[in-house]
Amino acid sequence: MGVALFAKMTLAASIAAGTSFANEIGDAEAGEKVFSQCKGCHQLGAGAKDRIGPHLNGIFGRRAAAHEGFRYSKSMQRAGNDGLTWTAKTLDAYIENPRALVSKTRMSFRGMKDATDRANLLAYLRNFSDNPSNLPEAEPTATATDHDLDPAILALKGDPEYGEYLSNECLTCHQSDGSAVGIPSITQWPEEDFVVAMHAYKRKIRPHPVMQMMAGRLNDDEIAALAAYFKDLE
Amino acid sequence: MTLNRRIFMGTGAAAMASLSAPSVLADGHGRPRVVLIGGGAGGATAARYLAKDSKGELDVTLVEPSRTYFTCFFSNLYLGGFRDIDDLGHNYGTLAAKYGINVVHDWAVGVDRDSKMVTLAGGSKLPYDKLILSPGIDFVDGAVEGWSVSSQNAMPHAYKGGSQTELLKAQVMAMPEGGTFAMVAPPNPFRCPPGPYERVSMVAHALKSSNPTAKIIVADPKEKFSKMSLFQEGWANHYAGMVDWIGSDFGGGNVSVDPNAMTVTIDGEETKVDVCNVIPAMKAGRIAELAGVTEGNWAPVNAADMSTKADADVYVLGDASQQGDMPKSGFSANSQAKVCANAVRGALTGSKVFPAKFSNTCWSLIGTDDGVKVGATYEATAEKISKVDGFISSTGEDSATRKATFEESEGWYAGITADMFG
Repeated sequence: MGVALFAKMTLAASIAAGTSFANEIGDAEAGEKVFSQCKGCHQLGAGAKDRIGPHLNGIFGRRAAAHEGFRYSKSMQRAGNDGLTWTAKTLDAYIENPRALVSKTRMSFRGMKDATDRANLLAYLRNFSDNPSNLPEAEPTATATDHDLDPAILALKGDPEYGEYLSNECLTCHQSDGSAVGIPSITQWPEEDFVVAMHAYKRKIRPHPVMQMMAGRLNDDEIAALAAYFKDLE
Repeated sequence: MTLNRRIFMGTGAAAMASLSAPSVLADGHGRPRVVLIGGGAGGATAARYLAKDSKGELDVTLVEPSRTYFTCFFSNLYLGGFRDIDDLGHNYGTLAAKYGINVVHDWAVGVDRDSKMVTLAGGSKLPYDKLILSPGIDFVDGAVEGWSVSSQNAMPHAYKGGSQTELLKAQVMAMPEGGTFAMVAPPNPFRCPPGPYERVSMVAHALKSSNPTAKIIVADPKEKFSKMSLFQEGWANHYAGMVDWIGSDFGGGNVSVDPNAMTVTIDGEETKVDVCNVIPAMKAGRIAELAGVTEGNWAPVNAADMSTKADADVYVLGDASQQGDMPKSGFSANSQAKVCANAVRGALTGSKVFPAKFSNTCWSLIGTDDGVKVGATYEATAEKISKVDGFISSTGEDSATRKATFEESEGWYAGITADMFG
């Protein structure tokens, strides 16, 4: 195990209860205060109506300029037609500097430079869009744990015990007895092939949305651990 | 700090192994005892992982009234004629025989959290060190005007697997030529967000060959639903003119039923129907409420280990829990069960506890070889289980992709049921 990961582990252990490995978009309560800068033009919440700007209920996951009944600038309509969709990332860029993203937007706001303010504002806005527990396809509410990729780490020796734990998720679909019904077998692969395949999913080189997603949040140690575990699984 | 809260990761934790003495020493009662209530995707999975991974160190008892468990997931495929009912039934023999789990076929009727004791309908008492509740859903009384459990024979919910599913299918197959199937869809949050709409697809599929002039009406209290554009595209492609979905904008939430007259009244307009599938608003299975771990309709839990906010020794899995962003689904319950089992085993035996990671995928079948899916990964934040990434099938996908997606769902069914029942 890498030194960095061990340091992270001891930190995690010291945080104890409720240890969090992923981060919410921001602090929604603080974001409510930031929203006072937007209130002059945008309404939010029950009964919100379009005013100078469109109301912002349901903004996450919506295509730009797609809210019916509001007259958008040509520039915003073009952005929507080009595929701009409002996510935490695109909204963050827009709020930071509206004209940098949509050059002739009618939103006359000079931009919000403070990244924390923006994150908090977005967390607050996120509460007024679709909830993933009801609509699983709704936009995320947090950012995934960030893992650095170091090619040298492919040579890592995996911990099969950790791999056995992590394999729980794989075994929901892939069968532990190696049978392949609609979903391929992943048992008894040479470790190197397993690691290479998983990193190809992680980098989205191999196509398959489920595997890209599953591999995308595994770090190098975890992939090595899975490879070590599945290698000997009979 | 109690030991069960300590998080270990990977082999590095060996350095801390000296700290990892069992935190719950079996106080004169032998092995630490885990009691699980509910033998579905949450409870059966957690029981199996606890027994398997503790290698005999834990005394695991699973309380489940049914001798044969019929999965609710894939029950729509039975309605559509893609599965036999027997394919959906599973029993607990392997969990008892191979994993040494004490399987008790009885109803849990009470939980005394002070004395850490579960009472069964048969009168027996089960003491526990850790209690895991995975009771699924019950229905909110009076949620649909005119409907109650006593009328579920005339108007089935078919939202718990088994006899209700068979009843609904029999009613669909007995519909008169050109008859009407009505569905009253539930409000959020509910078990299996795409479920009612997959059911519409499967009923339409069954009727298309046996009764092509039949109609389907859906009264929905919501403005939108999961995979909406995919379902609507599929209904137009496969079942043109058959399905009339009435959302809340058109009064779909203003519904009453009369099970004697077999009528449904939607926004003041009464319609005589031949089959009426009422899926009422839902709440946590009753035992969660009896245990005193619910707030409102659901049981709030901590994201890191699924322990309840009310009691660190009582855990709630699956549909009954209120955890954050995960949809209520068998896949979610199975995913949560493994995180919970790892944490509970760590707390009771001092084994390593790894960080919580969750995932979910919901596959739906729209027509023959026309499968779609939506899925996401989740992590624990301080607040809740939070969605961090996800995907959904696109409209207009080619038929090879849709067929592969359906085959994937069949593989998943084989995988998850093996993961639950051994």
